[in-house]
Parts: sequence; C-alpha cells; structure tokens
Amino acid sequence: MFRKLLPIAVLLGVATTPLVARSATPLELKNVKIDLPDSDQMFPARPGSDAINNNCLACHSADMVLNQPAMSKQAWAAEVNKMINNYKAPIASEDVGTIVDYLTALKGAK
Amino acid sequence: MGKAGCAPVNVAESDTRADVMNEPVGRRFEVLCPTPNILEVLMANHGVLHSMITRRRLLAAASAASVALSRPAWAQKMIDLPLPGGPDGRQITTAFPQKGPMILQRTRPPLLETPFEVFDKGTFTPNDQFYVRWHWALIPTDVETDKFTLTVRGHVNQTLTLSLQDILHGLPRVDLPAVNQCSGNSRGFFQPRVPGGEWANGAMGNALWTGVRLKDVLDKAGVKAGAVQVRFKGLDEPVVADAPHFMKSLDIDHARDGEVMIAYAMNGEQLPLVNGFPLRLVVPGWYATYWVKMLNDIEVLDQPDSNYWTKVAYTIPDTPHASIKPGETGVKMIPINRMVPRSFATNIASGGKVNTAAPVTVRGIAFGGDCGVERVDFSIDRGQSWHQTQLGKDEGKYGFRQWQTQLTLPAPGAYNFLVRCTNSNGVAQPEMPNWNPAGFMRNVTESIDIVAV
Repeated sequence: MFRKLLPIAVLLGVATTPLVARSATPLELKNVKIDLPDSDQMFPARPGSDAINNNCLACHSADMVLNQPAMSKQAWAAEVNKMINNYKAPIASEDVGTIVDYLTALKGAK
Repeated sequence: MGKAGCAPVNVAESDTRADVMNEPVGRRFEVLCPTPNILEVLMANHGVLHSMITRRRLLAAASAASVALSRPAWAQKMIDLPLPGGPDGRQITTAFPQKGPMILQRTRPPLLETPFEVFDKGTFTPNDQFYVRWHWALIPTDVETDKFTLTVRGHVNQTLTLSLQDILHGLPRVDLPAVNQCSGNSRGFFQPRVPGGEWANGAMGNALWTGVRLKDVLDKAGVKAGAVQVRFKGLDEPVVADAPHFMKSLDIDHARDGEVMIAYAMNGEQLPLVNGFPLRLVVPGWYATYWVKMLNDIEVLDQPDSNYWTKVAYTIPDTPHASIKPGETGVKMIPINRMVPRSFATNIASGGKVNTAAPVTVRGIAFGGDCGVERVDFSIDRGQSWHQTQLGKDEGKYGFRQWQTQLTLPAPGAYNFLVRCTNSNGVAQPEMPNWNPAGFMRNVTESIDIVAV
C-alpha cells in the first residue's frame, strides 16, 4: 500500500505523509490460497521410535521435540501426560511408558 | 540433535514442487503422498487414533501437508541460537508462503522466529519476517474474502454476521503501532530450562495495525447488561476432534476500552496468512496469546470463561515478575496479562569486538510493555553506574522505540554491556531473571559481552 501510493503522491507533487495518503484510499483484501510446507522427519531410530512416530506426528512435527532441552524422566513423563490429558493425544496406554523411555534415552538430563 | 534433518537445497526437488502446485488437487494428493505416509501409518497401526481423528481432519491435514511431506528440500542454512545447554542449531527456512527467511522452531503447526538482525533495521518489523506461532495444525490455507464472515453472538441484543466489506467499509478505521510478543518469548534462556517453544528473543515484532475498534463491533451487536467477558475464536482447529479449540477471553471492560482492535492490515498490507489473515485481534500492551488469529467468532459471555486456554493454559504465578523457585508448588496461578518492559542491543551481539579508546555507537530497541518507554540506560561496570541513552522517535506508546548511545571503552579487555528499559509507569527491567515452569514473561536486563581490542 505504502509502496503503491507514495510514487503517486510524488508524481502529483503532493506534500503528504504516508498516513494521510493511506487513509485516502481504503485497503482492499485479496483472496489467499497457499500450501504450507511440512516435514516428514521421523524420530531417530532406536528402541521405542515406532511408538513415538506412530503416536505423536499427527499433531506436530518431530522438530518440536528434537529442539527441546535435555530433561529428567519425570519432566518427560509430565510432557507426555500433558499431551494426553490436556491436548487429548490418542496415545494407547501401553505406549506411554515406551515413549517416555524413548525421550529420556534420547534427551534425558545428564 | 538440532541439526538432524538439515539438507542442502535440491534444485530437482524444488522443480518437482513447482510442477506439483499446478496439478489438479486430486492428483496432487496422490503424487505427494510419500511412502510410507505418516498418516497411512497412523491409520493402519493405530485403531484408537483412526476412530478419534475424523476423515475430514485427516484429509485436511494431508492436504495442508502436501508440499514437502516427503523431504525437507527447503531446508537451507542453519543458525546457532545461544541457548544454555542446547540444542542450539535451527534451520533458516524460506519455505513458508508470504514469509522471508525465518528461524524454524517447528514445521507443523508452524513456529517461526524472527532472525534478530531484523530488529536492527527499524522500529517496524516487516510482515514477511514477523514471527509466527500456532497451537493447532489444521489451519485453513484457502481464504476467500467474499465468503469469510465474523460472527458476534452470545449475550448481545442482536447476533451479527459481518462480511469483510462490512468491517472495512462500515466502521471507523483506526491505526495503531503495537508490539506483539509471545508469552514465551526468550523461553530458551530460562535456567533451569523448561519445555515449550525454545525461542531466543525473536518471538516478538512491532507493526502498524489497521482495523476497527472492537468496541464499535460490540456496540453494533449491543452488549446486554450482565456481560462479564468476551471470548474470541479463530478458524484453526485441532487435529484431534475432542481437543480444546483455541479460544481466549478478555473482561468486558477491557474488550470495550476502545484500544482493543480487530486488524485487517499490518504495516499497510493485508496480514500474511500465517499471521492471521484476514482478521486478527490486537490487544495493545498484552501478550500475543490474546491476539487471536483468523478471528471469525466473538462470543459475549454472561459467565467467566472456563475454557482450557483461558483458565488452565497461559497462567502465571501471582508473584512479582511471575517468578517462583524451580520446584515450588502450591502457588496461586492467574491468566497472563500485561507485558513488561524490555530492551535489546541490535547492532552488536555477545562476543562482539570493538576498538579500544574509540567511540562506538551502540543502538537497539525497547518497549515499555503496557505503556510507553520513559528511558533506556546502559552500564559497562556491571550495574554500578548507569548512563542514559538517546531515544528515537516516539511512534506510539505500544510500539518499539529505538535507542542509541556512544561509548568509549578505555582499555583493552572484556566488558559487560547491560541495557535496561524503564517504562512510563516507572517499572524497570529487573536485574535478576525470573523463572516459572511455563517460561513466560522473561524481561531481565539484557547483558552482552563485548571485547575491546
């Protein structure tokens, strides 16, 4: 908007501020259609990776987890339970321990 | 660990992507489903998931995932964020439509951080590098302006269904510069570290917001006596059907204060889709969690909002600086609310070298939080003495304000440069960092190590 209007103002020799120029012409919105990129990154293969790949990647990409700091097993368990209880992640109960163990092995506090 | 998945740009893959975008939608889906497809694996291996995630949601997720599900062809270069204990590596991505180079914190749902050097270029953050934060992965990617409507309903005299034309041309227009900052901006610097989006300092930005007053919209509907809060909802949806839709509420008096806006433009242009096109709530001086994106539903409530995102999520300890000791429990929690002052140097990073005994210009940005900037001071003797910087033009009390100073480091060696904003309410940045388990509201006095050579 600024970019389109300012040259016009210059052409007409109008001494005006961008704010005045902007309010003279109402802004019109244009349709938007985009494709968002996604990641097919899987969790590193090690015991338990099938469980975390199958349960966690529907709602978020793996990079979120891999960017987390090292945390204790207790902290990882709290995260997994938050996903289940607060965000309704449909994780089979038999997979919960496997996922917590996987995360603790991969990114456990030293 | 953070460098996993880094791949060089692959021209052949980029070409494939361009071809695919010209394919009819049905074919595109077929072509782009990789083997094994994450969603197929999920559906085949997981009966529970199959039953709880609807077909529509899966298809929408698959469609949204269509571009680069198979490989990160768009992974280009890396940046190291100075997060204590790491992981510090992040990709710089240019794969998101309408966005320039961004720090990739999470691909889906997108968490994109503004590279910090952007803040040195001026007080307004360009739309294409304004940070991005979504909670749920089902984000509409096709918005037709003549079909979009905003509903105002609930405890009102008259339910409204407003078109974008109604909003752009039927109500007084307002312009307001304001900082939008994630509650968890700088979370990655918390020690001990806490889980969440591991941002450095780039989950913030300042824009000139253009739109209409929320008050005018509420008045048009006619708020009934007894209204207590107003709840805001956008078009994004959770992948799991029974997960809580993202909604936030403001008290009725706040909603009607004449400052809270519904914006249809930022920096003179329509919003990038991932920043909330076509409408976004603007809550000046409050954390960005309240700035609901793709706003399409406003509900006036006659009872306090008990929805998860208002009552449980985004709460802070009711203590000074929202700070507690790690492990401390039994603390009263309240919804996060007003922002607090911050300031940053933008033309020199920690570890930077300057010439000894020569004047050096240091500059940066500051904001007052819920009010303007009164002063920005610096210290090079670990806070024993403070010196006032020169403030740049005041573009509005809720926006960024530039500051600048000249200093001369007398002798070679290591120096610590501290910068501290005091806002117009007299609140200064604290000397010590705060801590809370969610990693919210960091605003410690910033410290930069400089070496004079």
